Amino acid sequence: MPFVNWLKRNLVVIAGLLTLGYLLLPNVVVTVFSFNKPKGRFNYEWQQFSTDAWKDPCGVADMCGSLSISLQIAAFATIGATILGTMIAFALVRYRFRARGAVNSLIFLPMAMPEVVMAASLLTLFLNMGAQLGFWTILIAHIMFCLSFVVTAVKARVMSMDPRLEQAAQDLYAGPFQTFVRVTLPIAAPGIAAGALLAFALSFDDFIITNFNAGSTVTFPMFVWGSAQRGTPVQINVIGTAMFLVAVLLVLTSMVITNRRNKQKA
Amino acid sequence: MATLTEAPPPLAPTAPEKKPPRKRGRLVPYWLLLPGMLWLVVFFALPMVYQASTSVQTGSLEEGYKVTWHFATYWDALSEYWPQYLRSILYAGSATILCLVLGYPLAYLIAFRAGRWRNLIMILVIAPFFTSFLIRTLAWKTILADGGPVVGALNSLHVLDVTSWLGWTTGDRVLATPLAVVCGLTYNFLPFMILPLYTSLERIDTRLHEAAGDLYAKPITTFRKVTFPLSMPGVVSGTLLTFIPAAGDYVNADLLGSTDTRMVGNVIQSQFLRILDYPTAAALSFILMAAILVMVTVYIRKSGTEDLV
Repeated sequence: MPFVNWLKRNLVVIAGLLTLGYLLLPNVVVTVFSFNKPKGRFNYEWQQFSTDAWKDPCGVADMCGSLSISLQIAAFATIGATILGTMIAFALVRYRFRARGAVNSLIFLPMAMPEVVMAASLLTLFLNMGAQLGFWTILIAHIMFCLSFVVTAVKARVMSMDPRLEQAAQDLYAGPFQTFVRVTLPIAAPGIAAGALLAFALSFDDFIITNFNAGSTVTFPMFVWGSAQRGTPVQINVIGTAMFLVAVLLVLTSMVITNRRNKQKA
Repeated sequence: MATLTEAPPPLAPTAPEKKPPRKRGRLVPYWLLLPGMLWLVVFFALPMVYQASTSVQTGSLEEGYKVTWHFATYWDALSEYWPQYLRSILYAGSATILCLVLGYPLAYLIAFRAGRWRNLIMILVIAPFFTSFLIRTLAWKTILADGGPVVGALNSLHVLDVTSWLGWTTGDRVLATPLAVVCGLTYNFLPFMILPLYTSLERIDTRLHEAAGDLYAKPITTFRKVTFPLSMPGVVSGTLLTFIPAAGDYVNADLLGSTDTRMVGNVIQSQFLRILDYPTAAALSFILMAAILVMVTVYIRKSGTEDLV
């Protein structure tokens, strides 16, 4: 009976952990199979342990090139979307203006639209304009769909900001520019950083919109997609595992740093 | 600049140096909005117009297309591809329900039961995002491989007999069946369900749970009458964030499915990028957009949370 009671009390915990397992299982498989030595062209069946792929991560033709294109696009898209999105977020929270409803829905709609619809319609625009598909069309598309997410992230932060802090700065004879740089921006920074991080992740991992508007440019997700047809090199798993580890490490370090800071303050 | 010794400026409107209120400042919001809004108008709204126009054009790639208000394209597209539309809605709907059922306990666990593990679990939910989702989706090919441990276990438990009977799987295969596609969709969009659920659960005052308990509510009643209703905003935005991208997805259907599991996204993709029949492709995409907008609007109205935007 005590077991049944324990089970009853912790049912939600067990179910939650099972879901967590479901979420993490593919990452485990990706990591394990980065040490595989497949027989054929596809890396779907376990053969034998080997560290070949880790020793030569760029050993596959074109893969690291596509990775570098993806990183460049993600970096530019993050900068573009973060600047434009932060400006919009400030305008939305801090100012009154006409057509607020239209602005809000223009920001909401890209997030409520299936990617394939945005991808297809953007392609019709580029085709009609006779634009050369490639790096720039991908970048334009990525800034477009990252923008709304940055606005949402920054808006949430700016809204929770106490406007009296800025008034106080102005009472202390700070000009509008000084107030912005020394008070507003530092307080809004976590929101801006969150928006930028989201934009980077979204852009780096985007496949559907890129697939439509890339022309012959191959980003990393495009490379993976192509390899699913031609044959999956083990190196893909190496990159996937490395990205996962780097992300977890970065987040953990930033958490440790903030924890320490909070302790120092307390 | 005023000095401290000066008297405070008079509040009366007769003050000589009083400027008209914020003349310069009035334009600031428009300048802030202009570049971003221009971007969205040109690269989001305008393409929709182009797409609508393309969908009523006729012609060929060689001779060029002209707007002929040929609405029959819509009819042809619907009558030829209705199974794919139906499948998209069915698969995306099943994945959304599965995400809710699987995601709720995890969101609840993070919000109320995780204690000092909360941040770690949160990281583990988000971290997979940083590995390309295509790589992770390919991993499902390994997990669900024919004769693999998962399929073997499902087979010996006779689960596959039931799912075959329902038409979700065929024989002793899971790969290349609807079940595999729904499983992939569920997996890919699960975090989009968990995060909004967590946000709304976390806001709930835990004293409400205690109060319900004090009033002799069983845990299940507390959940039904207190927790779940209060988490409705999270449920609504989570289901939307799952259903919309899932309905337009073609990656899972392509990698984990077969020709019998093609969704409307697959059709749009191949029409646009392989067959190059732009009017049909544009019409298909327009129908999908309209269908989703209608469904989302009705859903938001029904669930009574219109302040999502």
